[in-house]
Amino acid sequence: MAEHDRVAAQTVEELLDSTLESVDQAEEIVLRLATTMGFDEDDLHRIGIAVRECMVNAVVHGNRYHSRKKVHLSVSRTPERLEIVIGDEGGSFDVSKLPDPLAEENLLRQSGRGLLMMKAFMDEFQVRQRQPQGTEVRMVKNLAKAG
Amino acid sequence: MSVKLTTRQVGDVTVVDAVGRITLGDGASTFRDTVRDLAASGKKKLLLNLAEVSYIDSSGIGEMVSGFTTVTNQGGQVKLLNLTKRVKDLLQITKLYTVFEVFEDEAAAVRSYS
Repeated sequence: MAEHDRVAAQTVEELLDSTLESVDQAEEIVLRLATTMGFDEDDLHRIGIAVRECMVNAVVHGNRYHSRKKVHLSVSRTPERLEIVIGDEGGSFDVSKLPDPLAEENLLRQSGRGLLMMKAFMDEFQVRQRQPQGTEVRMVKNLAKAG
Repeated sequence: MSVKLTTRQVGDVTVVDAVGRITLGDGASTFRDTVRDLAASGKKKLLLNLAEVSYIDSSGIGEMVSGFTTVTNQGGQVKLLNLTKRVKDLLQITKLYTVFEVFEDEAAAVRSYS
């Protein structure tokens, strides 16, 4: 852990295409940084799923695979926390109006579980409107809570 | 690595052994096509062995639910076998652990079909 404690603050920013390949790319970028911080295997798995779910939302629902729209990825690490911001250039949406995937009547719906998984796997989760357009999701995983 | 699915027959139960990741793209669609093909060919007792599945995302979960609904609506049953801790956590978070019958022993799972 001593080595991980000395990890310097770092931010990586990438502009990604609206493709499913970008989902893999974003996961790789985030996990590369998270690994240097000393997160255990289970937390790396949770962070990876949260990033994939968020990227899929940005590519599929936000940018709708549009070739001229980009996904904005920013990953910042400090010795204590990993912050991930993923923004798309699509429309905005009201999280509170999405169906509750845990409601009895929604349990057998095919989709709608992505946000639930991101919230469950990360310590902080926020959705906000991105300027000039689109949606931005900010997620944080604290190293102190790892494991 | 995408998912690789192989099927084998144990009595009248079709066991689907899955290896890899069930995620948006190839993995989830392979999974969906296999379950639909089995249901269409009259295989109504499906046991999904997920022992070697390292990763499922919300699309993969969605395909599992969709397969469950399709087969159940045709009078069949879909049950799960050998969940890894990570997949089990995912099913608990999504409350689907209450929907699927889950087994850790294949023989017991096969016997459970009506």
